[in-house]
Amino acid sequence: MNLVTMKRVTIVAESLLTDRLQEDVVRLGASGFTSTLAEGRGSRGVRASEWEGRNVKIETLVTPDIADRILHHLADAYFANYAVIAYAHDVEVVRGDKYR
Amino acid sequence: MSTLDLIQLNLLSPPILCFFLGVLATLVRSDLRFPEPFYQGLSIYLLLAIGIKGGAALSGNSGSGLWLVLLAAVLLSAATPLWAFPILRWLGRMSTADAGAVAAHYASVSIVTFLAGTAFLDALRVPYEGFLPAVVALMEVPGIVVALLIIQRFSGQRTPWTQSVVTVLTGKSVFLLLGGLGVGLLSSPAGLAKVEPFFVYPFYGVLCLFLLEMGMVTARRLADFRKVGAFLVVFALVLPVLHALLGIYVGQLCGLSRGGAFILGILAASASYIAAPATIRLAVPQANPGYYLTASLAITFPFNLTLGIPLYYTFSNWIFGT
Repeated sequence: MNLVTMKRVTIVAESLLTDRLQEDVVRLGASGFTSTLAEGRGSRGVRASEWEGRNVKIETLVTPDIADRILHHLADAYFANYAVIAYAHDVEVVRGDKYR
Repeated sequence: MSTLDLIQLNLLSPPILCFFLGVLATLVRSDLRFPEPFYQGLSIYLLLAIGIKGGAALSGNSGSGLWLVLLAAVLLSAATPLWAFPILRWLGRMSTADAGAVAAHYASVSIVTFLAGTAFLDALRVPYEGFLPAVVALMEVPGIVVALLIIQRFSGQRTPWTQSVVTVLTGKSVFLLLGGLGVGLLSSPAGLAKVEPFFVYPFYGVLCLFLLEMGMVTARRLADFRKVGAFLVVFALVLPVLHALLGIYVGQLCGLSRGGAFILGILAASASYIAAPATIRLAVPQANPGYYLTASLAITFPFNLTLGIPLYYTFSNWIFGT
């Protein structure tokens, strides 16, 4: 099978940011994303919303350029004031042209 | 009835007892937990039911004096940050963002506190105006906007307040309250009679479930109590009492009944912990939720729910001279 190497960017954030993050990811060039509700514990521990969903995990498959853009944008716009973590991996993707 | 009797009546009502049960569940680390869709379902039910109930009551009479009350309610909410902000900023020495954020919460309202107040009146068989859910909906927004404008004025940082207004107005609480009022107002009596078994009779049972969850959520915040500092604790206990007096007095001036003025007092005394935190978190990210959410949810809400309601009812008796 023909596999293509791409970046998977994973963002875990407080759920209030869900709409904004999804818009950001698409605006910065991702062709789509997968969003799931998540729970966990971290260093910040402060949430403005106790019960309207706790955290959100957004994953997207993108080219290294776009991954870089997304991570930079997250650092600029969210890291200072919000509970957000983000990381990227190399992944082997089937039907790689779908994401370009 | 003496104030002590009223406190007892309030504390030993099923919804308030369920609230304590929720607090207890968290304290003993019970594995009791509401799945999120269940919580969402309960809140949708309560908001729509209270709207329909209000609309149905409204269709029965002309709602005379309605506009004056609505105007007074909007002004009451909008004006609150004008004194809450300076108190927090200069007396409490909080940052501009934190002071404005806390002010926004006290200028908005808590629907659950409102529901507990109406349940209390129902238990005493004291009548109140049917249009009050409309008052609740209108009091959610103006104070938040004024607080955002104050933060913008004093910090020089732009707060996206127009976007925030749209978010709150189209949010589910305002939407369902006003939508429910419309449904109740436009429905025929025969049609309303059909939905009554669903929207009216189970109402207090559902409120009990909701308060059980609220008790658990509140108790999870109790540990933050020490972090907010003595000033904010005193603020969160004293301001609601003064607001209650103001609200009841304004209610009387607008021609509300004793029950209606009591409810306006409760609304003025209550602090938001659902609409306001969500809005403020996005509009003023540098404000610390540890202050605004803890004050409104862990201090003011339980105080109003347990001691505030009977106390404010006593105030309304004083003011109305009965």
